[in-house]
Amino acid sequence: MKVRGFLIGLLAMTVAAWPVAGAWAQDKTIFIPLFVYRTGPYAPSGIPNANGFQDYFNLVNERDGGVNGVKLVIEECETQYKTDLGVECYERLKGKKPPLVNPYSTGITYQLIPKAPVDKIVVHSMGYGMTASADGRWFPWVFNFPMTYWSQASAFVKYVASQEGGMDKLKGKKIVHIFHNSPYGKEANPTLETLAKQHGFELTLLAVDHPGQEQGATWLQVRRINPDWIYLSGWGVMNQVAVKEAASKGFKMDHMVGNWWSGSESDVVAAADGARGFKSMTFHAPGAGFKVHQDLVKHVYDKGKGATKKDLLGEVYHNRGMINAMLNVEALRTAMLKFKLKTPPASEQARWGFENLNLTEQRLEQIGMKGMMRPLKVTCENHESNGMAAVQQWDGKQWKIVSDWIEPIRDVVRPKLEAAAVEEAKKLGYTVRDCSKEK
Amino acid sequence: MSLLYAVFVAPFVDMATAPAFFVEVLLGGVFAGLMYSLVALGFVLIFKASGVFNFAQGVMVLFAALTLVGLMERGAPVPVALVLTVAVMVALAFAIERLVLRPLVNQEHIILFMATIGLNFFLEGFGEMLWGANVKRLDIGVPDESFQVAGVLVNKLELSAAITAALLVAVLAVFFQRTRIGRALRAVADDHEAALSIGIPLKTIWVIVWAVAGIVAIAAGVMWGAKSGVQFSLSLLALKALPVLILGGFESVPGAILGGLIIGVGEKLGEVYWGPLVGGAIENWFAYVLALAFLLFRPQGLFGEKIIERV
Amino acid sequence: MIYREAGQFKTTYAADQAIFPIAQDRVVVALAIAAAFLVPPLAGSEYWLQAVLIPLLIYSLAAIGLNLLTGYAGQLSLGTGGFMAVGAYAAFKITTAFPQVNIIVVFLVSGLFAAGVGLLFGIPSLRIKGFYLAVATLAAQFFLVWLFNKVAWFSNYASSGTITAPPRTVFGVMVTGPEATAPARYVVALTLVVLFALAAKNLVRGRIGRSWMAIRDRDIAAEIIGVRPLRTKLLAFGISSFYCGVAGAELVFLYLGSAETLAFDITISFLILFMVIIGGLGSILGSFLGAAFIVLVPIFLTNAPHALGLSVPVALQKQVELMIFGGLILFFLIVEPHGLARLWQIAKEKLRLWPFPH
Repeated sequence: MKVRGFLIGLLAMTVAAWPVAGAWAQDKTIFIPLFVYRTGPYAPSGIPNANGFQDYFNLVNERDGGVNGVKLVIEECETQYKTDLGVECYERLKGKKPPLVNPYSTGITYQLIPKAPVDKIVVHSMGYGMTASADGRWFPWVFNFPMTYWSQASAFVKYVASQEGGMDKLKGKKIVHIFHNSPYGKEANPTLETLAKQHGFELTLLAVDHPGQEQGATWLQVRRINPDWIYLSGWGVMNQVAVKEAASKGFKMDHMVGNWWSGSESDVVAAADGARGFKSMTFHAPGAGFKVHQDLVKHVYDKGKGATKKDLLGEVYHNRGMINAMLNVEALRTAMLKFKLKTPPASEQARWGFENLNLTEQRLEQIGMKGMMRPLKVTCENHESNGMAAVQQWDGKQWKIVSDWIEPIRDVVRPKLEAAAVEEAKKLGYTVRDCSKEK
Repeated sequence: MSLLYAVFVAPFVDMATAPAFFVEVLLGGVFAGLMYSLVALGFVLIFKASGVFNFAQGVMVLFAALTLVGLMERGAPVPVALVLTVAVMVALAFAIERLVLRPLVNQEHIILFMATIGLNFFLEGFGEMLWGANVKRLDIGVPDESFQVAGVLVNKLELSAAITAALLVAVLAVFFQRTRIGRALRAVADDHEAALSIGIPLKTIWVIVWAVAGIVAIAAGVMWGAKSGVQFSLSLLALKALPVLILGGFESVPGAILGGLIIGVGEKLGEVYWGPLVGGAIENWFAYVLALAFLLFRPQGLFGEKIIERV
Repeated sequence: MIYREAGQFKTTYAADQAIFPIAQDRVVVALAIAAAFLVPPLAGSEYWLQAVLIPLLIYSLAAIGLNLLTGYAGQLSLGTGGFMAVGAYAAFKITTAFPQVNIIVVFLVSGLFAAGVGLLFGIPSLRIKGFYLAVATLAAQFFLVWLFNKVAWFSNYASSGTITAPPRTVFGVMVTGPEATAPARYVVALTLVVLFALAAKNLVRGRIGRSWMAIRDRDIAAEIIGVRPLRTKLLAFGISSFYCGVAGAELVFLYLGSAETLAFDITISFLILFMVIIGGLGSILGSFLGAAFIVLVPIFLTNAPHALGLSVPVALQKQVELMIFGGLILFFLIVEPHGLARLWQIAKEKLRLWPFPH
């Protein structure tokens, strides 16, 4: 009975001791929430990514003294890649007036897209999220530059063509798309189907159900089809198993190309040597050989403020976290230069900064990222910008870029994208805006 | 008409015209099925001896694999790491018996089930805190290569996993049938009170059976971990074992093996030959429907005990 | 002293069998409902409403549904997520096809769809019981989620494959869609859950509830006294799925705003089952308490270090949080295996005697 009494007391205390969400007053710093997943099944991708974010924001604070003199303050919130936890994080942290959020999960992005114009917070889903939101006329608050899944798929087809010796050589080739059976995994399907019709290659779509630990049947089918190329849209354990299965079934690894969420160090670890030659799409270079990494070591790591170990710099997802942070910072900087701010930009101003981001080669060189990424320019209509993709390859020790920058087939992708934007916007009851009237 | 043809005729024509591939599909099913059985075995052992539906079995697989790889990464040679991991799993069994089972003795089955869910959360957090969340490579010395036998591709790793599973079952069968402890285990499974009254120590039996389930978890963790790398997703394997359990019966070791084989072969055949008709990825629910259809005709499963009043 | 039933004489059977036979209970429940309607919408922050209270209410509704099936009728089910998905997708299809229909009506009709599907998947319960049945209902879970994921018709051929709650009003107030305010959503969710909880309370004290409990306690004996197992079990599946279906529709329309099938995967089935067991099998109040435990404890654990001014790395915090959460479940089960509702009952009994326990 005593224990029960204690229990009831404990319950009462829990209720009484509930933390009260305090008011947050700050006008000297820019608050950026980080939705991370350092635990759970997707942590192997989430950890380097989050560290990349941390490191770059720290670097901006340490090296440049903040964005245009205003320091960045970041707070992590663990989502475990789960939608409901992401929503909880968003609701908790939006009171601190962030100018932007990076949802870092397609599921969470879909939750935040309707909220963005209401709460006036920019949603930047870099290379994931809703493809249709790249039409800025319908979705002014959502950005997915440097590229969308559809552009990526078209770039993959172009890459295959370049390896086979021209677009006309695609005819009769067999391409298999192995995808995670979720909205994310299915994204590339319509683009691939359209291109298959146009160029006459045989496309087979093979779905793998979440989580994708057991893919025996899928790879039996692959063996029967005996495709020329495989495109992989996997996530988490599905990638490791797919690479391993391909290697053990003796498939030519350099004819298997992952999308940019299926090609990192952790995806090849299980297959080890068998993974050599495996390729994946990317929109930035891997490796720690850039000036920004030297800066990072000098200004952050040598002061003991690094988020990870020095020798883990240059991992694919660490670099991607840095690139994402850099794009955030550059957009904010664009806004602050335009409105001559020495204080954090207001939400509308931050949005303007994203929409008018013009990342030049010069600027990339200034921040030490020359060659790490292509310059890009966002416009009012085009929120995916004019970014380009490249192909990287695992040589057994590290990822290396093995192709030129590939321009997506925009005249195929863009009309589809605009049609989809109308559909999606109609569901939310949005109206289109006239971009010629925006300054 | 064409639908009927596509469902009832075309797949069989397909099988007959490419026999080598058909054999390969069957083999793939057998291997996958044995891998499921490895996970299902852990469930069966615990359910048989203590009537607990151990939801945490999946996490135990993860925990065992993480411990093994973690020790190996810290420089322990394989045999030492293996022995230490076994020791850890036995210690875990002691802790579970002392802290969870003993206070909950005589409770309803669903309460014990819930307790294993609490255990599941605890081990999830504990394992990750201890060993980190990265994907870890587990090299068991078997090259992941394939060789061809009469046009049929056989994978060495899968083959060795199958042999391991078969050996494990044989050992367990001998253990249950021939040893003193095994007989005591079966006595406890039959009737707790009767076993107690003739002097079988219930607590010791529980520790033993949880420890054995822990060791089975190591085997499952090693085999699955060699395939996908040791990572958090291993804990989701439990879901793959459940249809095997209803098909084979919760209380039967041979049932777990045979059930695994039927599920493995059934889902591979279903996915390869009938899956394309409906767009694929039917493996997950197909296994359950297969088990369910079977259950409607034989509610106690393959070798399950007739009386299944337990809730 | 305060909580005393002495002197409350029942003169009719109806009064004796009332939902709340004790006057103080009636007052407390009425006050609690009034407070629930007034305080949070006026005083609660948006975070509290949107991220805590609304999911809490929706999960409570689903937990009541599952409790009717598992707690009262004794049929263990893990198909909750699938039945919730049926409700959500049905609501989406109906409201996009007939935008003029009131959204509350849409919720109820989609509940009916879920009930139909529940009946269908309840059929195996006639042959199998216990954990076998639980695993068999997983077939419903996996099949339904696969179906909604695979057939594009269910999401109106959206290129993204997700369903989005369109803006709808009730009495001129926007309750779904991005423009709907959190208090409006909260009031709708609360109204529905209060009505359905009272309905459930009413149901379980009557003939149907008693026949469920008879089946649960000893099915053969129940059959002998004239309870028809077929009808009783299927009815339990149907009504339970109705509750789950409405909860599923609410989950998308009032809480998430948009969802893919992953929102209804197996984890949610387990989550609802945890709520029912932790809260107390066979107790409507327990469903609320269980939902509160599962929703609030993790949020509390996440926020606690902040409130104490500690800065812990998020990963470590989450891991410790999982360990504490698991530990708490074990602790509660060991101390009180019959759930939080039982604790409340004990508190009530003590109150009755207070301040003179002997």
